[in-house]
Amino acid sequence: MITLGHSIALSAILFCIGVGGIFINRRNLIILLMSIELILLAVNFNFIAFSSFMGDVAGQIFVFFILTVAAAEAAIGLAILVVLFRNRATLNVEELDDLKG
Amino acid sequence: MNPLSMADLLPLVPEGFLLASLCILLLADLFIPQSERSTTHWLTVAVLAFTAILVWRADADTSLAGSAFSGMFLNDGVATICKLFILLTSALALIYARPYLIARKLFQGEFYTLTGFAVLGMLLLVSAGNMLTAYLGLELLALPLYALVALDRDNGRSAEAAIKYFVLGALASGMLLYGISMIYGASGALDFGSIRAAAVSNSPHPWLYGIGVAFVVIGIAFKFGAAPFHMWLPDVYQGAPTAVTLFIGSAPKIAAFGLAYRLLDGALDPWFRYWQAMLVVLVLLSLTIGNLVAIAQTNFKRMLAYSTISHVGFLLLGFIAHSAEGYAAALFYAISYAVTASAGFGLLMLLSRVGFEAEEIADFRGLNQRNPWYALMMMLVMASFAGVPLLVGFLAKFVVLKAALGVANAELLWLVIVAGVFAVIGAFYYLRVIKVMYFEAPAEAASGPLPLPQDLAFRWVLSGNVLALLGLGIFGGPLISWCVRAIAGG
Repeated sequence: MITLGHSIALSAILFCIGVGGIFINRRNLIILLMSIELILLAVNFNFIAFSSFMGDVAGQIFVFFILTVAAAEAAIGLAILVVLFRNRATLNVEELDDLKG
Repeated sequence: MNPLSMADLLPLVPEGFLLASLCILLLADLFIPQSERSTTHWLTVAVLAFTAILVWRADADTSLAGSAFSGMFLNDGVATICKLFILLTSALALIYARPYLIARKLFQGEFYTLTGFAVLGMLLLVSAGNMLTAYLGLELLALPLYALVALDRDNGRSAEAAIKYFVLGALASGMLLYGISMIYGASGALDFGSIRAAAVSNSPHPWLYGIGVAFVVIGIAFKFGAAPFHMWLPDVYQGAPTAVTLFIGSAPKIAAFGLAYRLLDGALDPWFRYWQAMLVVLVLLSLTIGNLVAIAQTNFKRMLAYSTISHVGFLLLGFIAHSAEGYAAALFYAISYAVTASAGFGLLMLLSRVGFEAEEIADFRGLNQRNPWYALMMMLVMASFAGVPLLVGFLAKFVVLKAALGVANAELLWLVIVAGVFAVIGAFYYLRVIKVMYFEAPAEAASGPLPLPQDLAFRWVLSGNVLALLGLGIFGGPLISWCVRAIAGG
């Protein structure tokens, strides 16, 4: 039997993998974008789990909006990535150190 | 769920007008030749001005007060005052940006549409009555800002700032959403009023609230740029074109106040013990890191970024007070900060020209000899940031500290004292700029009189903006009582 606790635990694990991917990853910016998507999917999973266990549709409607915004966010993120690559010819996170102080 | 009626649509007339005008502007701009680009500029400013008139009228018409779309959209006093000042500071940002953009070949329609949609997002955000509207408003604000930072396509630093802003901004949204989902699970509602009511009754999962409140506060702190979630702020301020930095540094602070007010007071008020304790840590770190690191900066934009972090610390002090007086003080602080920051970055753009970005504090050397009037303006802005009496910055710090002292049990007295000490430490790096302007000789490469942009609107509005800091500092009473009325009524 799958309980609410299982669902919350799974989404918490996904969320932690996503956040960990952002802070631990020092290689590639594309992986950062993937981590961001994973965080949003973890949130979606949470919403759907609560929504279905409570029998309330509002949470599932929220998920539709998150999916739409995530698509727009990914489009802008990839566009910035292209601009960055044209200027720097690298996507390595460690080489992005022009701005500091 | 009620069927849609005119009573739902009428409170949204200002936002609807702005949305429709922006779509028309987006299309019309395609047919405007580059030599006529100023048409887009003035049309956008006119649209913002007309939206402000509509907001004002919607406030005067009491039949439109209250909420629309089953409580998703709130039209109250706080929303009105936030919207009016968001529109005002955004219009200032557009007027100041024009000469800068023209000189750098960035004078394109995209700047205006992106700014306009960010303004629309801010208007929705401060009117949010539901987690969904708050989230959509927040993203509508954030997405155009990411693109604006990267507006200067051939500048590697702008692109780097944009990607940092994007990654950390998206992470902040993720944190906020995770918190919202936990609160949804605990209360079974997304509506702020229902969440507040549900929290009072016994929840089946009280621990979900704890996690939810923690993540929501982290999300808000990221968006505000409060330490320790401030990593993006200095890089974005430094890397973005100054015209964009001006916009990011001014109006969104008022919108961030709106977000924090709606979430912390509107929805999570019964759990204020949780978020108050977190805010105490945020305020302490913001004041310390903001003020101490700013002293070490030689880049003016980075220094202003760290000063922003310390100002955010002061602003959040008003939330810690957890009283109507405290919220009103925080609102006044946000407004006065946004107006002061507009003037500060506007002056920075006045000093820079093509091929020479006046970004270093050393670039201000001997400004008094080169142009006494703008040196005086810069001194007033710096004094207002530092909180010198007679200027609006002093009044803002005063009302916030007074509200924090008014907490009944006086257990936060130590925090108020720490804030007062850091206000004095913070004055140091602003005074350093004044010293450089008045008591050091100009660099040899730039010793003649300051070349001023031809744009008269820019120069007049900028001087008016700085003098308004003085005016508000002396006659700020009506604005403060307006803030108090807005919070009390909403």
